[in-house]
Amino acid sequence: MTQVDECGPVPGPPTGGPRRRRGRAAVSRRRSPVPLPLLLPALVGLAFLVLPLIALLVRTPWAGLPGRLTSPAVWQALQLSLLCATAATAVSLVVGVPLAWLLARVDFPGRGLVRALVTLPLVLPPVVGGVALLMALGRNGVVGKWLDAWFGITLPFTTAGVVVAEAFVAMPFLVISVEGTLRAADPRYEEAATTLGASRFTAFRRVTLPLVAPGIAAGAVLAWARALGEFGATITFAGNFPGRTQTMPLAVYLALQSDPEAAIALSLVLLAVSIAVLAGLRDRWMTAS
Amino acid sequence: MTRSVRRIRRPRRMSQAAGASAAALLALSACSSSDGSSTATSGSSGLSGTVTVFAAASLKESFTTLGEQFEKEHPGTKVTFSFGGSDSLAASITGGAPADVFASASPRTMAIVTDAGDASGTPATFVRNQLEIATLPGNPERISSLKDLTKSGLKVVLCDKEVPCGAAAQKALEAGGLELTPVSYEQDVKAALTKVELKEADAAVVYKSDVDAAGDKVEGVEFPESADAVNDYPIALLKDAPNAEAAKAFIALVRSAEGQEVLTGAGFLKP
Amino acid sequence: MTDIEKTSHPSGTAPRPADEGLDARLVVDRGRFRLDVTLKAAPGDVVALLGPNGAGKTTALRALAGLAPLTDGHLRLDGDSLERTPPESRPVGVVFQDYLLFPHLTALDNVAFGPRCHGATKAEARARAAEWLERMGLAEHAGAKPRRLSGGQAQRVALARALATHPRLLLLDEPLAALDARTRLDIRAQLRRHLADFEAVAVLVTHDPLDAMVLADRLVVIEDGHVVQEGTPGHIARHPRTDYIAHLVGLNLYKGQAEGHTVRLGSGPSITTTEDLAGPVFVTFPPSAVTLHRDRPTGTSARNLWHCEVAGLETHGDQIRADLTGELPLVADLTTVAAAELGLHPGAPVWATVKAAQTHAYPA
Repeated sequence: MTQVDECGPVPGPPTGGPRRRRGRAAVSRRRSPVPLPLLLPALVGLAFLVLPLIALLVRTPWAGLPGRLTSPAVWQALQLSLLCATAATAVSLVVGVPLAWLLARVDFPGRGLVRALVTLPLVLPPVVGGVALLMALGRNGVVGKWLDAWFGITLPFTTAGVVVAEAFVAMPFLVISVEGTLRAADPRYEEAATTLGASRFTAFRRVTLPLVAPGIAAGAVLAWARALGEFGATITFAGNFPGRTQTMPLAVYLALQSDPEAAIALSLVLLAVSIAVLAGLRDRWMTAS
Repeated sequence: MTRSVRRIRRPRRMSQAAGASAAALLALSACSSSDGSSTATSGSSGLSGTVTVFAAASLKESFTTLGEQFEKEHPGTKVTFSFGGSDSLAASITGGAPADVFASASPRTMAIVTDAGDASGTPATFVRNQLEIATLPGNPERISSLKDLTKSGLKVVLCDKEVPCGAAAQKALEAGGLELTPVSYEQDVKAALTKVELKEADAAVVYKSDVDAAGDKVEGVEFPESADAVNDYPIALLKDAPNAEAAKAFIALVRSAEGQEVLTGAGFLKP
Repeated sequence: MTDIEKTSHPSGTAPRPADEGLDARLVVDRGRFRLDVTLKAAPGDVVALLGPNGAGKTTALRALAGLAPLTDGHLRLDGDSLERTPPESRPVGVVFQDYLLFPHLTALDNVAFGPRCHGATKAEARARAAEWLERMGLAEHAGAKPRRLSGGQAQRVALARALATHPRLLLLDEPLAALDARTRLDIRAQLRRHLADFEAVAVLVTHDPLDAMVLADRLVVIEDGHVVQEGTPGHIARHPRTDYIAHLVGLNLYKGQAEGHTVRLGSGPSITTTEDLAGPVFVTFPPSAVTLHRDRPTGTSARNLWHCEVAGLETHGDQIRADLTGELPLVADLTTVAAAELGLHPGAPVWATVKAAQTHAYPA
């Protein structure tokens, strides 16, 4: 065995190397100033996004605000908005996460096409999406016809219809986000789980799901925000009836027709609620990754 | 979509400059004289450029026809339209959208523009529109009156009360002493009609002109209460019109016998 | 780094029929690469698959675990055919190269994961996991998340996790590769003890000959998807049959025709050996057996004398390893002092001698 000793152990990767490099990167990041060609457009971008919101605040009729906001109609619309956006997010999670898993983990023919189809609602004008939903799930739609005939279910003009329209528009955000996270997650954890006796589903549930939870949360927040602001598909598919299908964006749009100040006040409520929810979630979930 | 015009904002400075030159123009109205043309530098046959017309959604078919006619009569001109809910259009105009002509579906929406001082002179009523019930082809529910719409199980859509066709429908319902709970208050008359065209709703209360425009996709049912809710359509030259001369000529065409023929052919009533 | 010695094994030892153990022929086609290896092992055996990167070691391991499907061949474990059995139903435990401990679970729950999947209640699974961590000397780290564990601790948790399902086949993929040199020494010794305790078949994959020789009873050397040599570590170290193995065990290896004490290498030089052989043979000698001279030595008893040129120099532990070309390409080890005295530098001409007694010849 003396020869073996001469040969010596093959050295493992030097552990000091990467750590030192990381240290240097941190130092340089602290010292060098932000390059102007990046900083200026960044500030322009920020101003572009924030300015309209500030303008909204500036033009808010603060005096009459309490009176406007305490009207039951506003609360009705807000409650319906929150309820439907949350339900649409739940629907998106239940079917969207498995869909994302399928796209990320299973190599099937036509996967690229399926992914393109999934993202289609992102580029489809929401009103067109609403018309498409009517043609699919409407009382006279391709599938809706049978829903009506067999189960007596009609979705248009119902709260469920609002959820359907919002989920249609919001789910792609969730699927894209979760698929990205799944792709970034090491699939070998699932393999490790199967060698320990876990079925593929158990591996997904007990290993993959907790690992990508931050990504799922981020996707859910995106989808929720998108659903909350949904207008076109909702008004086209579910119509507009106070308390049943009139969500905040619809109320805002119709208020804009005759009373722009009321519209601003309503928008403010929507804005405040979304900022509160997004900020709360961001702290708890999205920094976890 | 037509809603996108609301996003157009003219810089304030520009609108002021345009306003200064347009201030010299007199309003085009039934009683206006033609001395406004004194500021025009071009000759009588020198109409050119683009005329931008903001018109109520219900005017789409007839105004498109008139636009083509206008371009034929005045070579070198181009008429561009922005069709939409009258309220949205009014909001765009008061917000500074660069338009020459506003044709609205109700005096109330026109008042938004005149109250803001954006119209040049007094608007003139050029057509009237009457409500009609749009039903599925063949009228399978056998709807013959406004009262029939209150039958339970029937899915009826109305325009939202905020838009002219909704306000008119409300007036008609009140005239008939009827209570009607629709499944939806649609954002404009075309949206209401679309719901019937797609057979999602059994009936909608819309304008006669819209029923005519939809052809055989819906069937119209007249009802007497509509006489109490006849809608006046006012048209006005806008104060900041970039192309006032051509705009006046277009308004003249709309109000001419030739224009009235096209409009009545589309289901509108003469004023 | 305490290691608690235990003589009893948690699974107990039941008497086993004679045909037990691993009997596999693994054929995996992957594009232009084809793996075709035969593996046999009795319960209690520790087999090391040794080979260069890309030789197919990890593919073989994945095929055994069921993570890579077999193109052809068979896989029998304790008499059961496993070719069509999905990985979750195979009595196989795997310690992955970078351990793949589930980052969201504590050490205890990582180890309890397997028993849970095999139907144990939560309490049972945790009790068993605690027992395994205790055995690995990790009881105090039971509640720690993997990122709080050191490399050595993580390695032992991974081993505990794999063993907690009582596998009939334990697979270890480069079990020590992720550790730094110091930890490696300790963990290698501990792993050796745990593998010695393990009563079923263990197969480990490594490219490190020292790991292989310390941990395994038997080596299977794989190159380019095929087994090139197998045997006990001692035998392979003394009788390498490929350049790869010779390099690994630090020997100069030549193949030639023996006529008595002379081995002729192709058309080139010959080597004088002590063995008396005939026909195709391998000849080896260690780099330390080579003596270098600046001028042609006179009056030396060495029968093997070659004129060479220095191709390269590198430090090798506290020695200098010289890579020589010329009449006979070889590597030689010499002290730093000797290297300085000889004035070695790339391109320098040298004479190399090797005593016949330090060569070793065996039939090819």
